Amino acid sequence: MRPFLLLPEILLFTGGLVVLLGGSFLPRERQWVARLTAAGSLLAAAAAAAVELPGPAKMAMEGTFTVDVTTGVVRIVAAFGTLVVLALVSDEIAGSARESETYALLLFATTGTLVLGGADDLLVVIVGFLLASVPLYGLIGMALTPGGAEAAMKTYLLGAIFGILLMVGTTLLYGVAGTTAYSELTEPLSDAPAGVLAAGVVAVLAGLLFKAGGVPGHYWVPDAAQGAGGAAAAFVTTVPKVGAVVAAYRLIAALPDVLNWPLLIGALAVGSMTLGNLAAYWQTDPRRLLGWSTVSQVGYLLVPVAVAGRSDLALPSLLLYLAGYTVTNLAAFGVTTALSERRDLSSYRGLGRSHPLLGASLVVALLGLVGTPPTVVFVGKLTTATAAWDGGHAWLAVVVLLNTLVSLFYYLRWIAPVYGREPYERTSAGAFTPLRWSSTTAVLTAAVSIGLGIGAGLLWQVVA
Amino acid sequence: MLSLIVFLPLAAALALAALPRLGDAAARWAWVGVAAVDLALVVVVWLQYESPATGELALEEQAEWIPGVNSSYHLGVDGLSLPLIAMTGVIFLACAVYALRETDRPRLQAALFLFLQSVSMGLFVAADLILFFLFFDLSIVGMYFVIAGWGRQGAGRSALKFFLYTFLGSLALLAGFIGLYVAADPHTFDMVALTEQTPLAGSSLAGGLVLAAILFGLAVKTPTVPFHTWLPPAHTDAPAVGSAVLAGVLLKMGTYGFVRIAMPMLPEAWRGWAWVMIAVGVVSVIYGALVSLAQENLKRMIAYTSVNHMGYIVLAVGAAGLVAGDTAEARSVAVTGAVTQMVSHGIITAALFLLAGVLHDRAATYDMAAYGGLAAPAPRFAALFAVGAFASLGLPGLSGFIAEFQVFTGSIAAAPVTAVALLGILVTAALFLRALQGILTGETRGSSVGFTDLRPAELWSVGSLLLLSLLIGVLPRPLLEVIEPAARAVVELVGR
Repeated sequence: MRPFLLLPEILLFTGGLVVLLGGSFLPRERQWVARLTAAGSLLAAAAAAAVELPGPAKMAMEGTFTVDVTTGVVRIVAAFGTLVVLALVSDEIAGSARESETYALLLFATTGTLVLGGADDLLVVIVGFLLASVPLYGLIGMALTPGGAEAAMKTYLLGAIFGILLMVGTTLLYGVAGTTAYSELTEPLSDAPAGVLAAGVVAVLAGLLFKAGGVPGHYWVPDAAQGAGGAAAAFVTTVPKVGAVVAAYRLIAALPDVLNWPLLIGALAVGSMTLGNLAAYWQTDPRRLLGWSTVSQVGYLLVPVAVAGRSDLALPSLLLYLAGYTVTNLAAFGVTTALSERRDLSSYRGLGRSHPLLGASLVVALLGLVGTPPTVVFVGKLTTATAAWDGGHAWLAVVVLLNTLVSLFYYLRWIAPVYGREPYERTSAGAFTPLRWSSTTAVLTAAVSIGLGIGAGLLWQVVA
Repeated sequence: MLSLIVFLPLAAALALAALPRLGDAAARWAWVGVAAVDLALVVVVWLQYESPATGELALEEQAEWIPGVNSSYHLGVDGLSLPLIAMTGVIFLACAVYALRETDRPRLQAALFLFLQSVSMGLFVAADLILFFLFFDLSIVGMYFVIAGWGRQGAGRSALKFFLYTFLGSLALLAGFIGLYVAADPHTFDMVALTEQTPLAGSSLAGGLVLAAILFGLAVKTPTVPFHTWLPPAHTDAPAVGSAVLAGVLLKMGTYGFVRIAMPMLPEAWRGWAWVMIAVGVVSVIYGALVSLAQENLKRMIAYTSVNHMGYIVLAVGAAGLVAGDTAEARSVAVTGAVTQMVSHGIITAALFLLAGVLHDRAATYDMAAYGGLAAPAPRFAALFAVGAFASLGLPGLSGFIAEFQVFTGSIAAAPVTAVALLGILVTAALFLRALQGILTGETRGSSVGFTDLRPAELWSVGSLLLLSLLIGVLPRPLLEVIEPAARAVVELVGR
């Protein structure tokens, strides 16, 4: 069993339980204790993962869960991502009626993400999927606005459908392979009927792509980004991706080479990035724009998955991109939660003058999402595109670069008013009053995204 | 030493950005001071410099960056880059002096231009493709904010067009770089190693495609016909110092890429594409000149002469790819001319754009028809404008002549048909004489009435640029002695 290999997951889950139960007994003005507990369990989980990181790969729970460098990176990235969300959420819900419940849901969803990231068995993937999905419905609906309710309903229904698809796929693969463990899957699947194999893999992938928010499971993403509270939107579009994309990578890497997997994943990747980019074009709500942009980012993240096992760069580039995407996307969302009332791109006019640091953070985050050097997403994009080319799929690298150009336009639509020449006094929205926690977090994460880009060599040594 | 040259302006930029309480005057003078120190450092490097062997660099600095993909922080100079970093230092110092009269957010403007200076210096000394790309991309970002933030009202559209168009070019460039990396064995982004390896030699299709991507990226930045359409609106809407840096320094990033990356790393493909380059060069020369002749707006006119002048460079580097037994000497003359043209065009065009900025400052229009007889109220302006125009059209005794003479000597010897590009010089001469006549001579009328002559900051900045052009024109040897060995090396590398 070796349960202590799952120490980070255990820490997070018990942390969630403690916060949930303890929060019920805390008076409203002392809910910060719950927040502190949640932050503590996240830090402890990250520390436990970091201690385990350098060791060789180990199997836990009868070979259904792998603890290797990949799992370690997923754990650390997800824990820190949630920690950032915790900082963003402070402005929004401090002293509100649902404070400790929100923290508990965040911790449960993060646990699910970690389970997804380490799962080496399709049944564990299902467990991770459910554990990561169910808290999200609550988080999205927590905003108690009509938009939030609609988004929660949409996410719930889609989650139910895609969850069933995931289980159907697992059943199909079990039917032809006689096992659900990745380590034993390769052999029997190599002479399984191609149609069943393809259907099973596609169904499982569909479930994972719902979690990641990529085509074809992306419909809930823009609504959730727009309708949920800012911090919840940041969480659902960032942290679950980390586990889901890695789960997809592990599955593809375990499959026998009987069908053209790179073409399948490549098509999904191209679909995600192109659709996300085109749909983001004329959005006027910054959060909805970011929502679509995260759909396109899933496309880029799938590129190394497509060449899983065909290039030495695939896995390290995927992990690097995940880390970079997490910090950069949170920085962008951080700016929107700092200016929570501004729900139109034009209302950012003059931000660069009145709050230079926050404006600069927004520019760094958005240009970072484009993939401008020296931010860390540039290194991620460069290495994933190189991995695709190296794995014999140069066309995928070209599509990535073309989509990057397409995406630049809508990010610039947001940057333009921030540094527009019109003085901000003249705008109707009045003076900017950014929330303290969120703007500090946004500035810090933007700085980290540049720092990780410049120190990409060190980061690479960790993930490779 | 090179790192100091690259990062000193950046450090100053960050300091300026972080000190909101700094007075405007202090910020302006800090900019001038840092630009002057940076130029002094370049002079020190120039004095230390000795030509390296073929395919190597001098004053190298190297540190690990992303070892996973064999990309390192690698800097170095040779006869191709040293003149360009010197030119960059001169142009940025001239802009700093010119901007001493700036009233619109001078502290942020100084910070932004110091950032651009770091980026430009970094690009010319980068010896790693990823580092090169990093600076290439950041130059676009920096210039976008210059145009959008300090341009004319409504400059946002031109800035956006500039950003999208040149970003497209930079992505094509990146695709080419990845292609080079994947083809190299062992995989690397290091320029020196790639030059030695010449990956893709022997595979004409892949080599041709990778070169096509790189050429497209560089051609957009240069710009050559037909990828030049972003240039005129960007210039028209940019502030004077922005135009000077854009035309003087940023355009050279494209042409520098030809001699630094495309020719030495993909010699076989380059030879295959030589005639295409020559054709593009000739068309750019003639088309640029003719369109320029038709302009009523002085700034657009100068912008189109840039297309024309960049055409000479493309023509020369194209001719350098026509490898035949006995023309090696001629081809190295052509490459020497091309690099000299980069320096010469940089300083002359920067001077002309700064002068155009003076017109806009006084009378708020670039329309040539609005001026007449300007020589009477503004003799200093008239004198400098005349010198700049003659330098640009290639009058002997000024740097443009040295450059274009060598370009044509070398190119015509390698491919006699390139003589048709001489027409471009004729048209350029005509258009500059027409502009001089229209603006400076005749009866003082229109916006020329009450025109204030050059103020000291303007005089010093423009005057020193033109003085340098004169100096190169009269005493070209010190410059050519640095360029010639490097040009011979490029010709040798492309002949492999």
